[in-house]
Parts: sequence; structure tokens; C-alpha cells
Amino acid sequence: MSISATLREVARRPDMLYQGVRTCSGCGASLIAKLVLKAIGKPTVVVSATGCLEVATSILPFTSWKVPWIHNAFENAAATAAGIEAAYKAMAKKGLIKEAPDVIVMAGDGGTYDIGFQALSGALERGHDFLYVLYDNEAYMNTGIQRSGGTPRFAWTTTSPAGEILKGKLEAKKPLGFIVAEHRIPYVATASPSEPLDLIRKVRKGLEVEGPAFIHVICPCPRGWRFDPSLTIKVARLAVRTCFFPLWECHWEDGEQIYQLTGPSRLIAEVPELKLPVEYYLAVQGRFSHLFRPKRLDQLIAEIQSEVDANWKLLLRRAGMA
Amino acid sequence: MASAVVEQKRVGMTGDEAVAYAIKQVEPDVVAAYPITPQTIIVERFSEYVASGEVRTEFVAVESEHSALSACVGAAATGARAFTATASQGLALMWEILYIASSLRLPIVMAIVNRALSAPINIHCDHSDAMGARDSGWIQLFCENCQEAYDTTIQAWRIAEHPSVQLPVMVCLDGFVVSHTLEDISVLPDRAVKEFVGERELVSVVGHEGLEAPYRLDPEGRRPLSMGTFAMYDLYFEYKRQQEEAMEAALTVIEEVGREYGELSGRYYGLIDAYRLEDAEVAIVGLGSSMGTAKDAADELRNEGVRAGVLRIRSFRPFPSEAVREALRGVKAVAVMDRAMSFGGPAGPLMMDMATAFYGRGGPVMTNYIYGLGGRDISVEDLKEAARGALKAAEEGVEGVPVKFVGLRG
Amino acid sequence: MSSSLPGWKELPMGGVAFRPSTDVKTGEWRLGFRPVVKEEKCVGCALCVVFCPDMAMGLGEDGKAKVNYDYCKGCGICASECPYGAIEMVSE
Repeated sequence: MSISATLREVARRPDMLYQGVRTCSGCGASLIAKLVLKAIGKPTVVVSATGCLEVATSILPFTSWKVPWIHNAFENAAATAAGIEAAYKAMAKKGLIKEAPDVIVMAGDGGTYDIGFQALSGALERGHDFLYVLYDNEAYMNTGIQRSGGTPRFAWTTTSPAGEILKGKLEAKKPLGFIVAEHRIPYVATASPSEPLDLIRKVRKGLEVEGPAFIHVICPCPRGWRFDPSLTIKVARLAVRTCFFPLWECHWEDGEQIYQLTGPSRLIAEVPELKLPVEYYLAVQGRFSHLFRPKRLDQLIAEIQSEVDANWKLLLRRAGMA
Repeated sequence: MASAVVEQKRVGMTGDEAVAYAIKQVEPDVVAAYPITPQTIIVERFSEYVASGEVRTEFVAVESEHSALSACVGAAATGARAFTATASQGLALMWEILYIASSLRLPIVMAIVNRALSAPINIHCDHSDAMGARDSGWIQLFCENCQEAYDTTIQAWRIAEHPSVQLPVMVCLDGFVVSHTLEDISVLPDRAVKEFVGERELVSVVGHEGLEAPYRLDPEGRRPLSMGTFAMYDLYFEYKRQQEEAMEAALTVIEEVGREYGELSGRYYGLIDAYRLEDAEVAIVGLGSSMGTAKDAADELRNEGVRAGVLRIRSFRPFPSEAVREALRGVKAVAVMDRAMSFGGPAGPLMMDMATAFYGRGGPVMTNYIYGLGGRDISVEDLKEAARGALKAAEEGVEGVPVKFVGLRG
Repeated sequence: MSSSLPGWKELPMGGVAFRPSTDVKTGEWRLGFRPVVKEEKCVGCALCVVFCPDMAMGLGEDGKAKVNYDYCKGCGICASECPYGAIEMVSE
């Protein structure tokens, strides 16, 4: 399958999810799953970690998956995928199957940043040939919006609420993309559902490389981030345009690790005036409302801005565009 | 028939080596394992087989036992054969996945080198690790010696994969006592093992497409299934009942496979191992290697005029109630040896199952002896004492089940 | 929850799903608003199809957007994203 595609062509590709997915109205996760599956080109097995996507697609007696699918537990999607990959490899070696299918993990930030991190790191270190897609809605959404290692600083969650003394989660969002890239795996990328062709291209690349690939997708959640369901794509777009969640990819060329910005992030790197202040992104989400009401907490907003700027600068340097 | 028994080689192997050798001959598709004393030799030896090209197995050196069993679940779900081994803390770490493996009806085989659970940390033999998993839906077979560990590791695949079973199997061998003790054992030729285990045959299920599909993640995606689904209170219970049905079927299958193996090797196995019980007045009942010691104790007691026998239970799960009652018919006193405790329970784990097996049906007077925790040694004399104590209890009469401790200071 | 679910002897082993989720009409979730495509404005760019999280939007034979109201949850992403203002959220 060729890497380039048009929206119309993508729209006409058959969906590998059945309709009737029981995610919330406007859910980023089911959209991301749908888009990822638009990129497959051969038999594919999907492994889900426990979470919104897994539950909403598999409430007995129903399933939304047209591809072979397994859910094991919360923290072991990567280990389960490793076993699946090894098994197909062994069976292909013995001539029991013609070709191993592609293996894609779909896990949330819960099953990836925190409880699932060990299994992920181990699977990456061992170099299994699979694609890990992280749909990052920045909290343990399925159990009720509790904070995770992926929750950004000062965001409200049910276990890091904003009150008189503490203003949401006090710790920074773990820089998971960079941590995964430091495992020196063949391909790492970030993506957004607001840039669907970029996401699909990256999924294809991830599937085509030999060895582990990781795609970190920002997944806005109307319920947990507190915004109207119709704004899911707009919120994702703002995450990218404010450089809160820049789009990049990282691969190896001649023994060198190369970072490249993609889509709107690339444009912003070339034309810095296009970078929007982060408060445009914060202001549309109820989980940051305590930064604006009853009064503006300028200092906290400024802290977020300088964190975004520092991460952006670091990324620019890595991409050789500083 | 001696003529049907295949010619075998005599080799000197420890329990761990014997298990590794058996796995080499079975050649599963995937072995995903994490080292823990006293299982380490299994993993090390098997890695050598992989490195030398003697097996085509994919060896996944996972980063924890939890991932080891998780990887085995993934592998078995593709329709492949998957093996792992662990002990003690490793089994404890896998606990969550044990239930998933059995509920997903995956015929994984796992060797457990029985070792005490922390704290204090202790690397020596007792059965607390396996006992902690006795409700998990895994078949648990306890081996007496290295020969049996070898033989059972081979039989395990046929038991697990039987169409009426489809459950994972734990092959238990005592830490250090069996795992690290050299024994001369008979091993089958490679071909005979391959013929005995055959290829894994998949059962069929009707999935969401309304079509019969082999129970696996189809590599060609033509008969997709969704495994590991979410059930509400309207469906969960029925799946558990299915598992219990499979456990009951395993009672028959374990005997069938043991018989077939006996015809091949000359060594017959079943749910239990009855020693000199035909006319016994007192029986020592237990699991694992110390029942070998108990057989010596029974012989000595016999020389002293006490009609003693031993009932070694091989299949702890499923618990062979009927076979146990049959074997102990006519026995008036039983010393039930527990190498584990169930804190706060009315007795040791084996004793609780024994008492239930006889509830409302009369049966012998039973005395529970907790012994050997953390590798505390048990001698022939200790076991003779236990048998004598059980006889005394039967003769004098006791209320309920006395629970005593063997070899405890203080 | 249906009371006509199979018993333990009939259920497929291991808890595999036995019905596709197309039986679940998530269109019943709509809270009073449904998207309506104004065909004269629709150019068939397919953005709405690509962005629909529920696969409730498709392109018809005529290349124009078509809503599947059996599954449309009424989130409004399509109306929000259509660059041509061809989709309107209308009270049901």
C-alpha cells in the first residue's frame, strides 16, 4: 500500500471496526482506533490494554472488532503482544503459517505511562516487531478521570482536584515520547486525530519498520477534559498549534537518530509567529478552568507556557531546527 | 505389555534439568520466562538448547514473571504452544494472570518449583506458592521425584489440550529437594515424545460472525475472534461454571493420559499414587517428594508390626475425592501432611480438602500435620511419629481435626 | 440485559464475543440534536466521514455525505469541522 493518501480515499476504505462502539459521544479514542485501522494493509491482530477503548468495544455479547483481538489485563498489553509476535514468528519458522500478521497494541496512558510501563520498556528492549499506539487522554478515564503520569501540570482530575491549597496535578506530564525514543527503537512518532493523514502515514511507517514502533496520539476526552463533544478535533488542533503537543517523528538513518517535525508543527518551526499562546488551548477545557475562574492565575498559566516553550525548544534542537 | 514400551536412555539429571529436557523434546513454540531460585536451571538449560539450535522455540527473556505469563497468554491465544516456569514470589507476581489464563481456556504448561513465600524471604521448599494458586482454575499436578517431573511435563500438554479440558497445567516439583537433586532417570527418545504430544489441536467456537472458528487469533484474519471481553453480571457466572466442568473432565483425562503414557514408557500415572494401602490401618497422605520419605516410613512401620501405607496425591487440582475415598477404604487413621498453611483457616489446605471429601460419608479419623515450611527438613522418623500419632488419635478418639506442627521449635 | 441469554452449556468457550456491536444502536443515545447534511453545500471532501468517531458518516453514490442515524450519537464533530458549513445540528 502506498504511503500517500487522500481524505476521500481514506474515507472509502472499509472500516475494521463495527458501528455501535459504546464510547462517549465525541470520543477521541474510538476515532483514533478507526483511523489506525484505516492504515492496515495485511492481516492484523490488535491487543488492547484495559481502558475506555477496550471496554467500550467488548461488552459481551458484543464486539466492535472485525480483526482478531485480545484483551489480557491492564499493565501487560506490550508483554501480551510480545508473546503473540514470538508465537507467530515461531509458527512461520516451522512453516505452520505462511506469514506473521501485523501486531498493533492500543493502550491508553494508564496502561502505558504507569502500570504498563515496565512491560512496554521490556518489549522495546527485546526488539519485538510490533506497533504500539498510545491513545493519550491524559488520565485514567475509564475508572473515572483519575490522574496518570500523562496528566499535564495543573490539570484537574478526580485524584488531583483543584482546591484552595492545591491547583490540580502538581507534577509535569512525563515526557514519554522522548523516553521511548531513548530506547533507540526504529520508529517513534507523535500524532493527532486533527491531522488524520499525518497519523495514517505514521501508522503505515510504524507497521513497515522491522522491530518496535511507537506512536503517541493526543486523545481529547470531552468527559474528562470538560468540553463540548463537538470540539474534540478543535481541541486536538489547538494542542498542536500551541505546541503543547507537537507533531514529530524519529527514525534512524546511517546509524544516526533523526528527529523531524511534521504537519503544523513543522510549519510553526519555520514560521514561529504561527505558534499560539498555550492559554488558547487551556481556556477551552473545563479541566483548566480553575486557572481562569474565579480569577486568572497568571503565574500558573505562565508556568505552563514556559514549560511548553522549554519542551518546544528541546524538540527544535533535536530536530536541528533551533 | 513389555513389547510396547519404547526403549529409553538412562541419564543423570536434576529435576530442573529433567523438566528442561522434556520441554526441549516437546519443543513448544514459545518459552517466556524469568529466572527465580530454584527454577533458574530450567531457564538456563533451555536457553542453551535455543542457542545451540537444538530447538526452534522462540525464547522470550521477559522482564518479570507477570510479563512471562502474559506473553504465554498471548502466544497460546494464537494457537501456539507456550511454556513458562517459576516459583514462590514469581508465581505470586503472576497471580492476576493465572486467573486470566485459565478463564481464557489457554492450555499453557508451567513448571512450579515449589518454594516458600516471603516474608522472611526463603528460597527453600514448601507448597505455599502453589497453594496460593489453588483456586485459580489451573490443573495442579505434584511430582514426587525427577523421573515424575520429566514424565509429567510431557503428559501435561495432552491433558491441557484435551478438547474436554482446555485448561492450563502446573507441574509442581519440590524446590531443591527435587529441582537440584541428581537422580538417574529414564528419558524417552525425541520421536516418541513428539508422537505422544502430537501437534496442538484447536477446539472450535462460534464467534461474533456466527461462524465456527478455531479458538485462536487467526493469522489470516479470516475468522476473527474477540478474546478477553467484558462481562456484566448477566454472563460472568456461566463462564465460571464452564471452567468447573472442564476441571471435572480433567479427572478422567489425567487418568487416560497417564495410562497411555504408561503403555509407552512402562511408568503409569494417575490421579493418586497408592502405596501399600490395600490392608493398611494407618495412612500418611500428602503431596510431593516427602511422600517418598513417607514410603520408607511406611516400610519401617510395617517391619514394626504397624500396617502403614501412603497415599500420595498427584492431582491436587482437580481434587480426586472419589479416588481418595476409594484408596482409603478400610483405613482407620490418617496423617494428613500439609507443607503449607492457610492462616486463620480451620486446618492446612490439603486437610480442608480431605475433610470435605469425607464429609457426611464417615471415613477415617484424620489428624493434620503442618510440616516442612521454608524447607524445614522432615525425616523418616518424623513421618513414623505422625503415623503413630494419627493411630493414637483414632484409637483414643478425638473431636474434630487436630492440627499439629512437625519439627517446630518452642 | 436480555433474559434470553444462552446458558453455560451453550455459551462459546472462553468468553469470546458472539454478536457484532452493530446490534447496538448508539443512535438512540442522541440528546435531541441530529446532524443534517445540506447537499447543495456539500462538496464531498469527506472530512466529516474521516472525523466521525462512530463511523456514522459515509459518502453516498453521489459522493455527498450521508448520515447513518442508527449510530450517530449527535456529538456534532461533523458540523463543527465541515469547512463548507454543509452540516447543521438540527433539533429532532
